[in-house]
Amino acid sequence: MSTLVLLTITGLGLGALYFLIASGLSLIYGLMGVLNFAHGAFITFGAYAAWWITTHVEASAEAELILATAFGLVFGAVLGALIELVFIRPLYRRPIEQVLVTVGLALALGALVFGIWGADPKLFPDRPGEEISLPSWMIDTTTILGARIPNDRFVEIAVAVVVLAGLTAFLRFTRIGLIIRAGVENRSMVTALGIDVRKTFTFVFAVGGALAALAGVLSGIYFSTVDPGRGTSLLIFAFIVVVIGGFGSIGGSAVAAVAVGLVQQYANYYAADWLDWSGAGDVAVMFLLAGVLLLRPEGLAPKVAH
Amino acid sequence: MMTPRRAVVPVLLLALLIVLPFLSVDIPVLFGGPLDSPGTLNLLALCLVFAGVALSYDLLFGYTGLLSFGHALYFALGVYLPAIAVTEWEWSLPAALALLAVVAIALPLVLGAVSLRVTGIAFAMVTLAFAQAGNVIVQTNPGGLTGGDEGIILNFDPLPDFVVGIVNTKYLYWLALGYAVAVFLIARAAIGSSAGHVWRAIRDNERRVEVIGLRPYPYKLLAFVLASFLAAWGGFLWLLLIGVTPEVTTATFTLTLLVMVVLGGTGTRFGALVGGFAYTLLDNRLRNLAGEERIQDLPDVLRVPLSEPLFLLGALFVAIVFFAPGGISSFPARLRSLVYRRAAKESAS
Amino acid sequence: MSTATALDVNDLHVYLGESHVLQGVSFSVAKGGVTALLGRNGVGKTTTLRALMGLVPRSRGSVEVQGENVTRLPTHAIVRRGIGYVPEDRDVFAGLTVEENLRLSERGGNGRYDLVYDLFPELRERGRQRAGTLSGGQQQMVAIARALLNDNDLLLIDEPTKGLAPLLVTEVAVALERAAELSTILLVEQNLGVAKRVAEHAVVLDGGRVVYEGAAGELLSNPERVRELLGVGGAGH
Repeated sequence: MSTLVLLTITGLGLGALYFLIASGLSLIYGLMGVLNFAHGAFITFGAYAAWWITTHVEASAEAELILATAFGLVFGAVLGALIELVFIRPLYRRPIEQVLVTVGLALALGALVFGIWGADPKLFPDRPGEEISLPSWMIDTTTILGARIPNDRFVEIAVAVVVLAGLTAFLRFTRIGLIIRAGVENRSMVTALGIDVRKTFTFVFAVGGALAALAGVLSGIYFSTVDPGRGTSLLIFAFIVVVIGGFGSIGGSAVAAVAVGLVQQYANYYAADWLDWSGAGDVAVMFLLAGVLLLRPEGLAPKVAH
Repeated sequence: MMTPRRAVVPVLLLALLIVLPFLSVDIPVLFGGPLDSPGTLNLLALCLVFAGVALSYDLLFGYTGLLSFGHALYFALGVYLPAIAVTEWEWSLPAALALLAVVAIALPLVLGAVSLRVTGIAFAMVTLAFAQAGNVIVQTNPGGLTGGDEGIILNFDPLPDFVVGIVNTKYLYWLALGYAVAVFLIARAAIGSSAGHVWRAIRDNERRVEVIGLRPYPYKLLAFVLASFLAAWGGFLWLLLIGVTPEVTTATFTLTLLVMVVLGGTGTRFGALVGGFAYTLLDNRLRNLAGEERIQDLPDVLRVPLSEPLFLLGALFVAIVFFAPGGISSFPARLRSLVYRRAAKESAS
Repeated sequence: MSTATALDVNDLHVYLGESHVLQGVSFSVAKGGVTALLGRNGVGKTTTLRALMGLVPRSRGSVEVQGENVTRLPTHAIVRRGIGYVPEDRDVFAGLTVEENLRLSERGGNGRYDLVYDLFPELRERGRQRAGTLSGGQQQMVAIARALLNDNDLLLIDEPTKGLAPLLVTEVAVALERAAELSTILLVEQNLGVAKRVAEHAVVLDGGRVVYEGAAGELLSNPERVRELLGVGGAGH
């Protein structure tokens, strides 16, 4: 029982990371029809930006973490907005070229991370000369039904829940949210109502960049390191979450992220034991995707581009 | 069909490529040693392999309009399966290759049948997921078969002598040339066939294909299986040239195939060949350049980007998409129209 | 340019794929009243409206709204010159509520909700219902209401009575008459009864060009001309 609880909460923690990445991807794709491969760079750069802060600032563990997270978030948002303005906007109405450009950016930015910080993982947070790097309550465990759960898992889950609630409220109650929801359905009709829908493109890229960077920072806490391949490896699972959850749907992304995180953790533990193979969790997720597509291909096809 | 006059250039080029291992010519900048040196021949062989693999990818992307992010899986199949068969199971080479031939049809048939149930971006993501499963399998080394990060040290005993050893690089080169030519001929025949016409119709407007009463699905599956099968043999040549390395299973590897095709020009007969060849050559030269002292002595702002070939190639790719969407193969036509326009302007003034 | 016209279209050419749909369409819409844009099926009426809106690329020609050239403006900027658009397939946002559909189209924060709810009282009652769950007729009301909500000078309305039950056709015709008191209307309408009832002017397209421009009554009360220009009663219809 205690193992199941541990796996469940760890799976939810992982699902929280996937959700943060997938929600931005899903909004960008839903609104603009752009599959953003550069999203992985937002994750990685966000994580490294936060790591960089922890190496350059001396403060209490809490203050440092909050500062690092805020910096990573802003860095991701700015990077997202810049990429939209400089690279995506000039190719408006050329969706294939937009995807290709994000592929080029993903390769180039990924290589840049290697070039700047090297291939080896960095300890996160990095507090030279300090005994503890994370706030001590985060390293402590809480016992639930006999399972000792590291507290940082709860932080990841809580952040994702807050983001989910915030995004949902934002989409429902603000004018930009209204435009985004309408734009996901029918972009050209939104412009035919006299609304400059392109302004929301920069906005969703900035939000997507910020959330991906947040996921990058949280992944640094989850794995205790940041590494240059982090963005790519998380991005692939986020892609799967977006396909399962449906493009443009925040709620769908949340459900799918939880499903993927849990399947991965359960399979990793139970099947890995049984098969004596550590890749079971990841491969199980691929099977989950294939299964969903076989059962409901029509429900998962992207909306018709217009 | 090619008219005799248009065939002259490709035939001459092919003749040159065939006799190339006998030419002791130094081409500075492009190659590190004379053309007949093993190092240069190995690089040229690799360029030819990727010319073929890029063309196989273009059958999917450029001709049928299928954006797959999982092509690396089938290339990796050609690397790993024969290596495991001859090394771990101690099969003979013919038996290993027969197995590869069967699996290189069966696997894309099954995975393609599933992935092609969805279209567009969802298809891209499903192929990516399957390829990623392949990557996970290779990395996690189930049953000690794949060797994880280390790869596999190939058992050379079952291999014929002429593919082993540095002095025999020219045979590998000819093998690679044969592969590129074979892929080209097969692709040309396939594109010219009735199925090839349907592929292009699907690319241009899938709905219209359905309207005239054809089911696009089997045609797309055919393209998928053919392209994967051809890529697998490119993987086998990589095995002989480079060996077993897990990097061929990564998503980044598939993305570089996409870069090659777009670099050369999609949906054109020679574009992908040129793109695959040029990309591989450029990648190699940039790697060498990165190691040079004059780069290492530069300030960080310049040194870091210049010593990452993938950064430069990614940036070049973005520039191509922005400024020359037809890729390298469109350059002659662009140049011609530029010269022509200038001539017209001069005669007008 | 004279400002007596609400809209001037000059030598408009549009290609859709490879087909040359509009081959030099020129006409003017006088200020006030309803101008009907008529023609056989597939003659390019909807394409004309979409081209005026900047929703399809125009290869040649110019469009002037109240004497101002808007040819090169993006769609949203054209609309902000005071245009309301009711598309052929209504294109209401199915996932948004009726009230959200209206709020989205409101420009400048002074939407004429009283006017709209007075014309279509049902919309007030169904404000919180998702537009996708409405009947076709109710969706048409939302689409027209979106265009009437702002104080537009010109309304482009594409087949508002298409596929509606006879009772609803009358209701829409009444709404059009009411709207015509407030704005100039360019109306694409296949229902000649409705066109005859509301339109003063008519523009007829054929073969990608304008073949008639003049009084609507004169054209529509002449059965021979109607058959000749609109093909009604002909073999194809």
